Amino acid sequence: MATLHTRSAARLMIAPSVLLLLAWMIVPLAMTIYFSLLRYNLLMPGMEEFAGLTNYTYFLTDPAFFQAIFNTLAIVLGVLFITVVGGIGLALLLDQPMFGQGIVRILVIAPFLIMPTVAALVWKNMFMNPVNGLFAWLAKLLGLQPFDFLANAPLLSIILIVAWQWLPFATLILLTALQSLDEEQKEAAQMDGAGAVSRFIYLVLPHLSRAITVVILIQTIFLLSVFAEILVTTNGGPGTQSTNLTFLVYAQALLQFDVGGASAGGIIAVILANIVAFFLMRMIGKTLEA
Amino acid sequence: MARNVSTGRKLITTVVAWTIGILIFFPILWTFLTSFKTEAQAIASPPVFLFFDWTTENYSEVQSRSDYLKHFMNSVVVSFGSTLLGLLIAIPSAWAMAFSPTKRTKDVLMWMLSTKMMPPVGVLVPMYLIFRNWGLLDTRTGLVIVLTLINLPIIIWMLYTYFKEIPGEILEAARMDGASLSKEIIYVLTPMAIPGIASTLLLNIILAWNEAFWTLNLSAAKAAPLTAFIASYSSPEGLFYAKLSAASTMAIAPILILGWFSQKQLVRGLTFGAVK
Repeated sequence: MATLHTRSAARLMIAPSVLLLLAWMIVPLAMTIYFSLLRYNLLMPGMEEFAGLTNYTYFLTDPAFFQAIFNTLAIVLGVLFITVVGGIGLALLLDQPMFGQGIVRILVIAPFLIMPTVAALVWKNMFMNPVNGLFAWLAKLLGLQPFDFLANAPLLSIILIVAWQWLPFATLILLTALQSLDEEQKEAAQMDGAGAVSRFIYLVLPHLSRAITVVILIQTIFLLSVFAEILVTTNGGPGTQSTNLTFLVYAQALLQFDVGGASAGGIIAVILANIVAFFLMRMIGKTLEA
Repeated sequence: MARNVSTGRKLITTVVAWTIGILIFFPILWTFLTSFKTEAQAIASPPVFLFFDWTTENYSEVQSRSDYLKHFMNSVVVSFGSTLLGLLIAIPSAWAMAFSPTKRTKDVLMWMLSTKMMPPVGVLVPMYLIFRNWGLLDTRTGLVIVLTLINLPIIIWMLYTYFKEIPGEILEAARMDGASLSKEIIYVLTPMAIPGIASTLLLNIILAWNEAFWTLNLSAAKAAPLTAFIASYSSPEGLFYAKLSAASTMAIAPILILGWFSQKQLVRGLTFGAVK
């Protein structure tokens, strides 16, 4: 039973984290909103002036912005497609009885533990490099012309690298969910004459639907902000072919020192993320009640 | 009940699963192998897999040329520092929310989680300016502060789900036996909470170690942890495959080992308890 005494003690215990997060959420965000309404470049200090929504119209009519939105969505959807489909396949495979299951699990999980800059550089240099990369060697082995991945298909290459990092996450979560499927249910379905395909569609997939939703939502939050992989591989290029929204704002702020423009871009990114977050919060909120 | 599966089918599954597992792991294995090659062997065509003259020269070279240990220590200080600081702030909160919940506890938890949804670029500009004005750019202290803040919601959530599982009856039993509040905490709750705290610690060290948005944007030569240090290999040194591999191997090895020990907590922590 919570008494009045313990309740005020509880409030005191929660206070530091609430205050910190409140400050973290409100102060910088309010500053971003404020900056986004200014003409403010770090190269011209003291020249700040109110600019209304100019930064937004500038940002929203910039062709690079549309390219960035397209690229952001392409990265999110491309990686989601690969990791969810691949993750379901891998989880089903790893759920089967086999020798050395624990070791295979460890091998599959590993890419998720690799820091993004290492993952991206290893893929860029040792695999995708058109001269010395392993893919170039494989292509020559098959009598093909080596393909310069990052120059000719920068976005696809980045999607592949990021998908490699996130496939383990999807697999791990789907496998955990799969293992909670009642064995007897599966046997009962089998006794009733359900084939492997219909068992998958009518029993396994509905059981996994919740885990799949969680994977999609959580990955989306992180994938909207892919940054390091782009920075060390293509630097957003060639041109803006592999610039996503996060990278565009970074370039605007720290390469062009345009505080106002970058802030407007940041606010647009926040709005986009909020739309996704809305659905995620509802999902997780439901699990709290359960 | 164990499923009855023919040995033949089990063998086929084993071969398929191992092949896929090794393919997925291959880039890491390849990096590891390349780190022991000479630069010439590293770009040899056809590539050499195992039969080359193993050398540890790259490792000493990376250290002497770019002071690898300094960046390694930055990573250690930043990831452990931010995790421990986070735990210090989070344990009382999670504890209070789990053991004396009010009707607003759920809303507070959801709100904390929502701060995690904010894309970092949304606050990149003000954070950069604040850091510049306060002299926090390129300092370990600055990185510890930011990483504590971005991981605090996850820490609180993980702890909360673990504390929630400690049965309340045990507390009542202890109280019936005449234990005081301090005894209750020291002898009953703490031993039961330690596994949860340890898992949270582990996961957050992994997350902080690999964090690559703030570390890249807010640090330069002095406080750069390994994420930023490795990024400096993007050009033109990246063409030195053997050295890149040695630096990479050292950067990922500690976390790879930690991560393998905490697979289960990984799922739980990253899905905020939605999948256990």
